[in-house]
Amino acid sequence: MSDDVVADVTRGQLAGGVDHHESTLRSRSRGPFDGGPDMIQLLDPEGQRVLHGGAQEYAHHIDALTDEDLRGFYRDLVLIRRFDLEATALQRQGELGLWVSLLGQEASQIGCGRALRPQDHAFPGYREHGIAWCRGLDPMRLIAMYRGVDRCAWDPKEFGFHTYTIVIGNQVLLGTGYAMGVQRDGDVGTGDPDRDTAVIAFMGDGATAQGDVNEGFVFAGVNDSPIVFFCQNNQWAISEPNERQMRSPIYKRADGFGFPGVRVDGNDVLATYAVTKEMLDRARSGQGPSLIEAYTYRMAAHTTSDDPTKYRFSAEVEMWKLRDPIARFKTWLGHEGIADHDFFVAVDAEADELASNVREATVTMGDPEVADIFDNVYVEPHRQVEDDRAVQAAYAASFDDEGVA
Amino acid sequence: MAVQKMTIAKALNAGLRAAMEKDPKVLIQGEDVGKLGGVFRITEHLQKDFGEDRVIDTPLAESGILGTAIGMALRGYRPVVEIQFDGFVYPAFDQIVSQLAKLHSRSRGAIKVPVVVRIPMGGGIGAVEHHSESNEAYFAHTLGLKVVFCSNPTDAYWMIQQAIETDDPVIFYEPKRRYHEKGEIDVDVPPARDLFSANVVRQGTDATVACYGPMVRTCLDAAKVAEEEGSSLEVIDLRSVSPLDIDTLTTSVTKTGRLVVVTEAHSFVGLSAEIAAAVTERCFYSLEAPVIRVTGWNAPYPPSKIEEHFLPDLDRVLDGVDRALAH
Repeated sequence: MSDDVVADVTRGQLAGGVDHHESTLRSRSRGPFDGGPDMIQLLDPEGQRVLHGGAQEYAHHIDALTDEDLRGFYRDLVLIRRFDLEATALQRQGELGLWVSLLGQEASQIGCGRALRPQDHAFPGYREHGIAWCRGLDPMRLIAMYRGVDRCAWDPKEFGFHTYTIVIGNQVLLGTGYAMGVQRDGDVGTGDPDRDTAVIAFMGDGATAQGDVNEGFVFAGVNDSPIVFFCQNNQWAISEPNERQMRSPIYKRADGFGFPGVRVDGNDVLATYAVTKEMLDRARSGQGPSLIEAYTYRMAAHTTSDDPTKYRFSAEVEMWKLRDPIARFKTWLGHEGIADHDFFVAVDAEADELASNVREATVTMGDPEVADIFDNVYVEPHRQVEDDRAVQAAYAASFDDEGVA
Repeated sequence: MAVQKMTIAKALNAGLRAAMEKDPKVLIQGEDVGKLGGVFRITEHLQKDFGEDRVIDTPLAESGILGTAIGMALRGYRPVVEIQFDGFVYPAFDQIVSQLAKLHSRSRGAIKVPVVVRIPMGGGIGAVEHHSESNEAYFAHTLGLKVVFCSNPTDAYWMIQQAIETDDPVIFYEPKRRYHEKGEIDVDVPPARDLFSANVVRQGTDATVACYGPMVRTCLDAAKVAEEEGSSLEVIDLRSVSPLDIDTLTTSVTKTGRLVVVTEAHSFVGLSAEIAAAVTERCFYSLEAPVIRVTGWNAPYPPSKIEEHFLPDLDRVLDGVDRALAH
């Protein structure tokens, strides 16, 4: 990346920029977004293996991976990006009510998701499509939600993947409580790799301001619960940058709650895998919670309803493009001879096929039944819900009678 | 000794103990519920007998208490949460409304969250602000929750156990000013009715008085005086306000032709309004008078020196009955 671009972004001086009234309050400058000296990085944006920010502690987790594992990471990255782009296109064509793009955050999620074990349980926000992918969910289940067909088309127990949670930060407390349950089940620190269980709760940088997130940190800290708090700092909470959300870096907050915090390059799939693996192992072995800040960037809008040109400079986005998570990994895989041209071509073809299948399944997806409105409000019937079920059915049936007449 | 004389507070404690003995998945968590046994001692000795893993003293954060309870329920536990006072539940409102009430329907039935939220409610104890509220309307308005009130020791003992056994989330209100009222409980006789059915606690013919929680005692006292004055009141302890046992109400009102609804909560957009509307819709041609509401005034709960002027008492209930009988 060009130092000039960084400096310009830092000063917010780019030509054609947004017309701002100067605040009389002290403001902080943006960038240069390099993550600072503590950021764990194993693969730099040029695709070179590095040991940045104390990465040597974590590198052994990469050494343990096979070439097939690494090619699998690449396939995951490409497929989830292709799926995400298709979903955005489907929204633009009116097939989805909304889409929440993960563009730019693929390495944060695939590295993290591949570090999970089957018995672990993940508590996502609403952008964790890469985690869903790693947990084995058919992506159509995510599509169903954003098409307005369903709110959660999966059984969280089956996939170890909770419902998407839209209220910012709520899921962090649920994950913390779940981890307290894991402790009570004795599924921590037994030494049995198929039994010891960790929980992972996801949040964004914006969520770190929420009471629920901070309460989750307190409860997990006090109870020494087996949970990893995974914060994808994508720099923007819709239109509000980090400096409107916090004074101190996210990973440093963990200190105050009494557990370790680490910042990892969220665009480096090797680093996100290695750090998450380390922290999950730590949780499973009974050493308690930790906080991972994956330092990344939201390349697309917050959602398809958002227009980021109103609040951020395109040069900032261009700068982050140079740190693309997939490009650097592809470079490294090719350079190391782990994958060849044919492999990359085959993955691209598979991605196109996935996109085509998603499109076909989306446009042919049926609507829910109107009577479903009254289903599953309660486990055991509730008089007032059942009364309205009957009233609605009679009302709907009255149109049938008119048809007959 | 099957029949025991117990206060509501002791009955709740005994009910919680019975539930914990019966099901190892039952947990209790809240502020000061462990060593102290709760500020009202409802959980007294439970931590000593069941351990710190099952009776959990939490940090002072109500959203955290609720959110982690939901999380434990997702792992298969049946947490019973104590909110220390009615007016402290609001930090947990988001977790209750956005998660507790909605997870079952969001997951199309895949998830159950059998959490019981115990809330000591209501006034009359000379307390400071936020310690005397009747906030049931917020929760009754939230579909996905069930909302019940105990009013006497027998119900306290059985209803808390029934609430814990329910697979739906239950907001369990306890009339804190009645905690020390005594009654006889036969712990060997199973409960006479399910958790969500109303109980006709006094038969009568001239007017129906519907109430719940702390107002049940007040209304029964009023009915005694009314009898001396020549009026026969039928008193219904609703017990559950969501779901609402509308059939017991309409059966009674069809017989008496008059309904007085008594709540500590103020009337505006409250349960008394819902009950009045629901009964009027169904009993329009049986009603001899408009449904009368005797409630806390439409104003914030007052300083305790004047709370007796805010809460419905025996005289105000009888005044409401007189207005119904005047038609």
